[in-house]
Amino acid sequence: MTLKAKNALLFGLAFLVAALAPVGISSKFYLDVLTLIFFTAYIGQSWNILGGYAGQFSFGGVMFFGTGAYTSSILLITFGIPPIFGIFVAVLMGAFLGFLVGYLSFRSGLRGSYFALITLAFAELLRVLANSVEFTGGGVGLFLTYAPGLKNLQFVSPTGFYYFSLFLLVISLVIALWLERSRFGAQLVAIRENEEAAEALGIDTLKCKLYAIMIMGGMGGAAGTFYAQKYLYIDPPISYSIALSVEMLLVSIVGGLGTVFGPLIGSIVLHVVNEVARHFIDTPGLSLIVYGVILIFIISYLPNGLVGLFRKTRGKKEDGGA
Amino acid sequence: MLEVKQLTKRFGGLIAVSTVDLSVIEGEIVSLIGPNGAGKTTLFASIAGFLKPDGGDVQLHGQSILNLKPHKICQRGMVRTFQITQPFAALNTLENIMVGAYSRTGDKALAQREAERVADIVGMTSQLHQKADGLTVAARKRLELARALATKPKLLLLDEVMAGLNPTEIDEIVDVIKGIRDTGVTIFLIEHVMKAVVNLSDRTYVLNDGKLIAQGTPESVASNPIVIEAYLGHGAAAAMAGEGAT
Amino acid sequence: MLSTSLSLLPAGIINGLMFGAIYALVALGLTLIYGVLHIINFAHGAMLMLALYSAYFLFKILNIDPYVAILIVTPASFFFGYVIYRWGIGKLSGGKDQNILLITLGLSIILENAALFFFTGDQQTISLSYSYDSLDLGFLYLSYPKLISFIASLVICGCLWMLMSLTDLGKAIRAVAKQREGARLVGIDVEHVFAVTFGIGIACLGAAGCMLLPIFYVDPYTGNVFVIIAFTIVVLGGMGSIVGALLGGFIIGITESVGGLLLGESLGQIGISLIFILILIFRPTGIFGSKA
Repeated sequence: MTLKAKNALLFGLAFLVAALAPVGISSKFYLDVLTLIFFTAYIGQSWNILGGYAGQFSFGGVMFFGTGAYTSSILLITFGIPPIFGIFVAVLMGAFLGFLVGYLSFRSGLRGSYFALITLAFAELLRVLANSVEFTGGGVGLFLTYAPGLKNLQFVSPTGFYYFSLFLLVISLVIALWLERSRFGAQLVAIRENEEAAEALGIDTLKCKLYAIMIMGGMGGAAGTFYAQKYLYIDPPISYSIALSVEMLLVSIVGGLGTVFGPLIGSIVLHVVNEVARHFIDTPGLSLIVYGVILIFIISYLPNGLVGLFRKTRGKKEDGGA
Repeated sequence: MLEVKQLTKRFGGLIAVSTVDLSVIEGEIVSLIGPNGAGKTTLFASIAGFLKPDGGDVQLHGQSILNLKPHKICQRGMVRTFQITQPFAALNTLENIMVGAYSRTGDKALAQREAERVADIVGMTSQLHQKADGLTVAARKRLELARALATKPKLLLLDEVMAGLNPTEIDEIVDVIKGIRDTGVTIFLIEHVMKAVVNLSDRTYVLNDGKLIAQGTPESVASNPIVIEAYLGHGAAAAMAGEGAT
Repeated sequence: MLSTSLSLLPAGIINGLMFGAIYALVALGLTLIYGVLHIINFAHGAMLMLALYSAYFLFKILNIDPYVAILIVTPASFFFGYVIYRWGIGKLSGGKDQNILLITLGLSIILENAALFFFTGDQQTISLSYSYDSLDLGFLYLSYPKLISFIASLVICGCLWMLMSLTDLGKAIRAVAKQREGARLVGIDVEHVFAVTFGIGIACLGAAGCMLLPIFYVDPYTGNVFVIIAFTIVVLGGMGSIVGALLGGFIIGITESVGGLLLGESLGQIGISLIFILILIFRPTGIFGSKA
């Protein structure tokens, strides 16, 4: 069997297992953990598109999530538009915000750390705005009514949200797989590796980076709607928390920048760490301390993340241990 | 094909390039030489859209490309290589060249075939699956050339493509470049290796301190006293003539 | 409404100046670290938070007045910074600008959550016997702690300036900042100078923390508040410019204070992020910065 066929079989199997999992797992707790893993992997992948593939690290990724959450929630509460349609508007708003931030930042030539910091500032700006304006509920936030049903993207049992997040995860994997095979993906990687050379070879670096951040924004927007419909409450600290910005980049870096499965692997690792830490000492902060240590460790010793480590050992095996 | 008129580039108070006029006719191989720090790479960068000139104009195929971004200039058929090679380190040779090929096609299979074809022209077929950051200096220079070639340029700007190569490698690259010209690509190159300059160029421009001090066939330029002085210093030409140097 | 706000304007400006001096001190550390090591220290805010907690516990447990605590916390912070750089960041860095940013991000996560873990998330404040005494200036009452903090900050900034321009160490630091390899060649121990500079940058935080505690509060997330403020000041004043950090500190302090006055508590915070974004887009080198 060719390598490609083997891989395809493996993924098909994994997907089948994931799709059938709720049949075997009845515990609400574990279904919730898996849902969260898929969710974090999904939003991590959105960061990975701009950060891992295109090499533009953002520290304010949460802004797309928050904006999406507010978009669909306000559409629901104020205009009665059900989230099943609202989610698409959230995606558009996220993409539009991505375009705005991207245009302002990239057009001014901001790269590297400056770009990371300006995204942080934008997220902070939006948080303050959300906190001060009436139609977002200000500091009080927005409460959504419990009304399960597909059109509200709300589900009675955790299984519903499990499949919802699995669906989002699959979309994110498909997008990444597409990137790996397409011209656009190759151009993003070229920009990451050497932006000047990429420009010299005919790549419109500004346009490509804008597309990348718009994809990130759109994906983030949908994530916001998911969250809002699951937890039925959003406010500025939740919607624009730096913690989520950090989580997005953490799972991608730990799992492997610019890889299809990096964010998923990173998400699994981090959530396992979280559960184990909570099991031993249930004081807030412990798991995040471990996250910080892991981040430093990976950056210093495993810059290609866990996927990179896996590839290196597999490569060694294929070379006959050379 | 390429017309540079009165090009000037300043960095603060330093005038790096001063009112340079030059032209490159289709089918030619033209070279640009001059002592270190003469402003050659600055001139290239200004022509190719990486620096914004402070004065003058650059015309390609009769149209001004003065304020175009490099990728647009590449799309119009002029592409440059870098003096210090800029490979896409994490990618292998094939993938590197494909990036260039992708500027002309959106199809992956087509881009791959084109990349393989170009790799063959520069002699990198055996290294297609090697990571770019593991290549030798000579190989990186070829990669730089291959990438640019894959964009199907009409005018190729080569910046010191022979720097760091040994004599055998230089001879090989000279043949490759001649081959490229024979396929209809016009070439404008910056070079220090005089043997290659003489071997390749139809015409040569000499730049010193940002100004053009001579132009003509390589032979005439090499014996031009002004050029000799630029390289060897004031009075060198007279000293050489006085000593009866050949 | 507006008229009352406007009448409070002078008070707002003075208040902004008071805080501005402390912000300037915080930003000074950051700009020094960037100017010499070319490191964007994302953990700057978290380390300020640690300094605040240090001053807090010195007061609560040992009854040491925070302004006296400066003499303890500042050198301690210097050592902390020196060690963290020499055997931490310095070893793990290497090349990419973004790696260092991420490492300092990781550090800030660790510090913030260690504080959360050990000290809980409760907000802590202290009150001194003279917290509520103030100087009557006629149009406003200037609380003593604010006044002392203001003067102390200026004094420390002045000392730092003298250190940088008049001492041999300062010359070494400036040499390394301008020409790393050249400095190495004339025998300067560059790694040591880097660590010392980092230490000085953190020492600034130590002092600033002590001066901030009486007029502010501390919780594990205080660092986040100051990260954006510090970065805004540094890009406003110009990365690596000491004068810029000072001026920027005052400008931001006043902006924050007046912004809060005119736009209300919540929206007033917008001024800083907005300035940061605008500067980065239109004049990333800042007022006094040189093109990197």
